[in-house]
Amino acid sequence: MSMIAASPQTLTIKGLSKRFQIDNDFVEVLNDIDLEVTPGEFVSIIGPSGCGKSTLLRMVAGLEQEYQGEIYLGDELIKGPRVNRGMVFQEARLYPWLTIENNVAFGLGHHHSAEEKKRIVAEHLELVGLSSFAKAYPHQLSGGMQQRVSIARALVNRPQVLLLDEPFGALDAMTRISMQQEIIRIWEAEKTTILLVTHDIDEAIFLGDRVVVMSKRPATAKAVIPIDLPRPRDRNSYEFVQVRKTIYSNFFSEVEVPFSYSI
Amino acid sequence: MKKIGSWLRENLLALVVPILLLSVWEAAGQLGWIRAALLPRPSAIAQVLVELIASGELFIHLGISILRVGQGFLIGAFLGVLVGVQIALVKKFRIALSLIFGVLRPIPVIAWIPVLILWMGIDEGSKITVIAIGSFWTVLVSVVQGIRSVDKKYLEVATILEKDQKTLLTKVVLPAALPAIFTGVRVGIDVAWRSVVAAELIAAASGIGYMIMYARELSQIDVVLVGVLSIGLTGVLIDQLLLLLEKRLLKWNVNLHES
Repeated sequence: MSMIAASPQTLTIKGLSKRFQIDNDFVEVLNDIDLEVTPGEFVSIIGPSGCGKSTLLRMVAGLEQEYQGEIYLGDELIKGPRVNRGMVFQEARLYPWLTIENNVAFGLGHHHSAEEKKRIVAEHLELVGLSSFAKAYPHQLSGGMQQRVSIARALVNRPQVLLLDEPFGALDAMTRISMQQEIIRIWEAEKTTILLVTHDIDEAIFLGDRVVVMSKRPATAKAVIPIDLPRPRDRNSYEFVQVRKTIYSNFFSEVEVPFSYSI
Repeated sequence: MKKIGSWLRENLLALVVPILLLSVWEAAGQLGWIRAALLPRPSAIAQVLVELIASGELFIHLGISILRVGQGFLIGAFLGVLVGVQIALVKKFRIALSLIFGVLRPIPVIAWIPVLILWMGIDEGSKITVIAIGSFWTVLVSVVQGIRSVDKKYLEVATILEKDQKTLLTKVVLPAALPAIFTGVRVGIDVAWRSVVAAELIAAASGIGYMIMYARELSQIDVVLVGVLSIGLTGVLIDQLLLLLEKRLLKWNVNLHES
């Protein structure tokens, strides 16, 4: 199990296409996606709902295995789930019958001594700022706190890539903003590659080194927009607003421009 | 003490109504409106109850019945969990057994009693088997339901984390199914308790069902009634004990605390 904490690897997505069979019809979801994510990079993926962006993430995680194209992590062709790719879902998905520390410990494999386990779990609870809740049960925590536990659980194996599938989508606006700052802090501390799927344009810009804009179904990577803004980013700065405008126009050009000028 | 006080305030009616009924019954008996040979007064029944407790007769018979339930239920529930897990998880197993189980399951436990008496006589064996059959089905159904309705999202988390089948079963599937399994166990013990009385009524030389039948032959209606009512009281007691156990074991189950 030496691949854990091995040298950082590039995530390469090559010619990825996916279609679902519904009754006798095929619905094409993803069409020929190419993407390369360098080690330590934070990439946001944004697209209209139902465009298959979550499916893309599930394929990288190894949960979906029926597709055309290839996904590599370093030289390894991805064929199924492995602990070198961690995932956080929209819901925290904590096990209600386990305490917070045991939920985090569940992420770890068998190859750790009890002492090591304890230390790693404590470290990660510290990282997400929930040390004092170690003995609590999930239902005693707020939604935002539960999601932080879920992030800790995904991080205990020191994954090469952390996949975030609309992780803050179910949280209220205030909690979401603090969680976005939190994830940047964790990312800077852990230096993992992060792939984030979101439908929140501001979130995508605030977090990502690059923003991948996907089109409607069948989705293609319509534009990849680099965000060269220093962190911490100011959502109201001129540059930020400019980027937001670019993405807006990308998004709505094919449907309608929602803020068309009328005199 | 405070707890008992607030419980009393909330559930006063639960006590008042039975007391009221008992007094009407008592009064009707005193006034000679009810024939004592058919329905003795509550005070007379209470007197017999005290006598039966004092002589130890009631508790000996109840004890024998409870022991039978305990043995039969353990066997039935164990097999129910074992087979239930296989049926829920192994598709081939499920298909192989579907027709057989479909035919066997609707048979009332009581219908097995004559068969078992012919096979095993009227000893302990036949009674314990009846109880085991009765509790087997309820536990089996709840285990299968419980496991099959485990949230797929929980399973995905374990898949992502590369957990093996054993960990998946013991750490995720079974805990998630435990509330449903527990409900099945409670219903199962209820069924077991009913089956034992039925078996003892038909053929036995001891147990609470036997005590009732024997008293009927001697036309001791008061003893019969004490026996019948003690079955109900024991049932309530068993159910409460299980509820306590469930609260202990399933501390995490929020739904439980609210009810």
